Amino acid sequence: MASRAVTIGFRDTGRYLLLSLFALAVLVPFASIVTSSFNPPFSLIKGLQAPDPFTFESYINVWTTASFGRLLLTSLTVAAGVVPLAAVVSILAGFAIAHLQVFAGKFLLGLFVFGLVLPAELTIIPLYFNMRSVGLTDTMLGVILAETAAFVPFGVYWMHASFAGFPRELIEAARVDGASNFTILFRILLPLSRPSIVTMCVLFFMWSWNQFLLILILISSPANRTAPAALGFFVLAHTRDVAGLCAATILVILPILIVYLIFQRSFISGMLQGAVKA
Amino acid sequence: MTTSLTPRAATVPRRGARPGTGRRLSRRLLALVFVLPALALYAAFVLVPAGQTFYLSFFSWDGITQAIPVGFENYLEVVTNPLLLRSITNAMVLIVYFAVIPIAAGLLIVALAGRRQIRGMGFFRAIIFLPQVLPMVAIGIIWRWMYEPDGLVNQALQGAGLAELTRAWLGDPDWALIAVGLVGTWALTGLCMTLFFAGMYKIDTELYDAVSLDGGGRYRQFLSVTLPGLSREIRVALTLTIIAALASFDLVYVTTNGSPANLTVVPGLLVYRLAFNSGQIGAASALAVVLMALVLLVLLLAGRLGSKARD
Repeated sequence: MASRAVTIGFRDTGRYLLLSLFALAVLVPFASIVTSSFNPPFSLIKGLQAPDPFTFESYINVWTTASFGRLLLTSLTVAAGVVPLAAVVSILAGFAIAHLQVFAGKFLLGLFVFGLVLPAELTIIPLYFNMRSVGLTDTMLGVILAETAAFVPFGVYWMHASFAGFPRELIEAARVDGASNFTILFRILLPLSRPSIVTMCVLFFMWSWNQFLLILILISSPANRTAPAALGFFVLAHTRDVAGLCAATILVILPILIVYLIFQRSFISGMLQGAVKA
Repeated sequence: MTTSLTPRAATVPRRGARPGTGRRLSRRLLALVFVLPALALYAAFVLVPAGQTFYLSFFSWDGITQAIPVGFENYLEVVTNPLLLRSITNAMVLIVYFAVIPIAAGLLIVALAGRRQIRGMGFFRAIIFLPQVLPMVAIGIIWRWMYEPDGLVNQALQGAGLAELTRAWLGDPDWALIAVGLVGTWALTGLCMTLFFAGMYKIDTELYDAVSLDGGGRYRQFLSVTLPGLSREIRVALTLTIIAALASFDLVYVTTNGSPANLTVVPGLLVYRLAFNSGQIGAASALAVVLMALVLLVLLLAGRLGSKARD
């Protein structure tokens, strides 16, 4: 008995060691940018060393002169447009395909699922010319519409899977009791699907926040860029200001990091389930 | 989906007073109204442009003057132009670092860690999964700094007494592509691990007991229970990581932007450059179509591999 307990204890130590090693491998690069970011702008620094002198100067610098404060606000505005719009149209379409016998529903679902694997490169060239011809390039509306359209395949697929998971008898019983389709959707399905909807919205927010290629192509004036896109330009222009670059990077990942810490379970389960089901 | 038609018909007569067909018709009309916004957005900003790219790939067009139909010339260009061809072979090399190594590492860790739940697993999982939620642009910049001459990679090598190995990793012709690939390894190993851990807890414990009753050790348990039990997760991991390898535009754009000497170009980068910098929209479109064909091919192969592993 005693020896068995000892071996289990040892094995657990090994497990912790292994996982700690991996966690460390993930965290060390972050440690490097955090320590670097607290150095003065343009200072010569090494990968990992205590900031000398410790200062917020680089943060203040990128917040004001590189106007990352405003860029972050633009990112938030785009996300605030994309998340509700994509969620509403996905919920409606998912509900229609799952429970309203929409015409050619199976084909439609397949069409949306097809969109899950289309690389962005396949659409961006005509997208740019089409947007330009209707005056949507360099506008926030254009970005919001393009991002929503890119996320809708996942949303419809996800909401359909969620709604179709409820027993058909539940819907039928409600219909027999005289519930309208609106009642079924808003009073029965939506409250029951809250976790799926939260997960979907969190993923939409992340994808919108992290979007780079679409912004690069659709937005031409620096003032209209989102924060990650601006970061992509900043890195090419400020290669020598390591401290500033690190500070800007931290400012850009901080919001998504906070959302991740709050909705961690939604993130992980959503990204894994979404992938496994598809 | 499959059972949607039959039970509905049975309920209609119960409503007695109302004409059943009219109600079903209004439901179908409502369904159409509900599907339309999603479908319209998807069609206007994804499906139609995808079709246009396909169409444009048969033209020579600079975006301004009249487009000239050129047949399959652009596709010929993709497979004969050394630069375009290199972007495709580079994408294949990246698959090794984005898909093969993370999946192998993920399986190894899962095998070593075993299936017993340990305390604090949620904490470790949150950290290990972290790279999945961050913008690839930020990850690229973090690693750009790691790989700088003064960066942490060289600092660590010096600390380990391997100073002669230090170099500007992203500027070195022999190492740049590998360095970019290893960023993918760093970013995606956590995804594979998390997927495999989640899958392993679903495997029936009795299967492991059966193997140990037969005298099989941990190695046999892994080969005959864990690996087949994870076939679905392995297929998913393959799909996700390979798509990530083929869609590596963001990462390459901020780390090397194709340098040194265009050795690290990837298809996405050339699609962008050809279309928006050098006005070769036909060739860019053809490359985009080839990229999509590659993605579909890979999905097909991954699906095959997964279903074979299950048998």
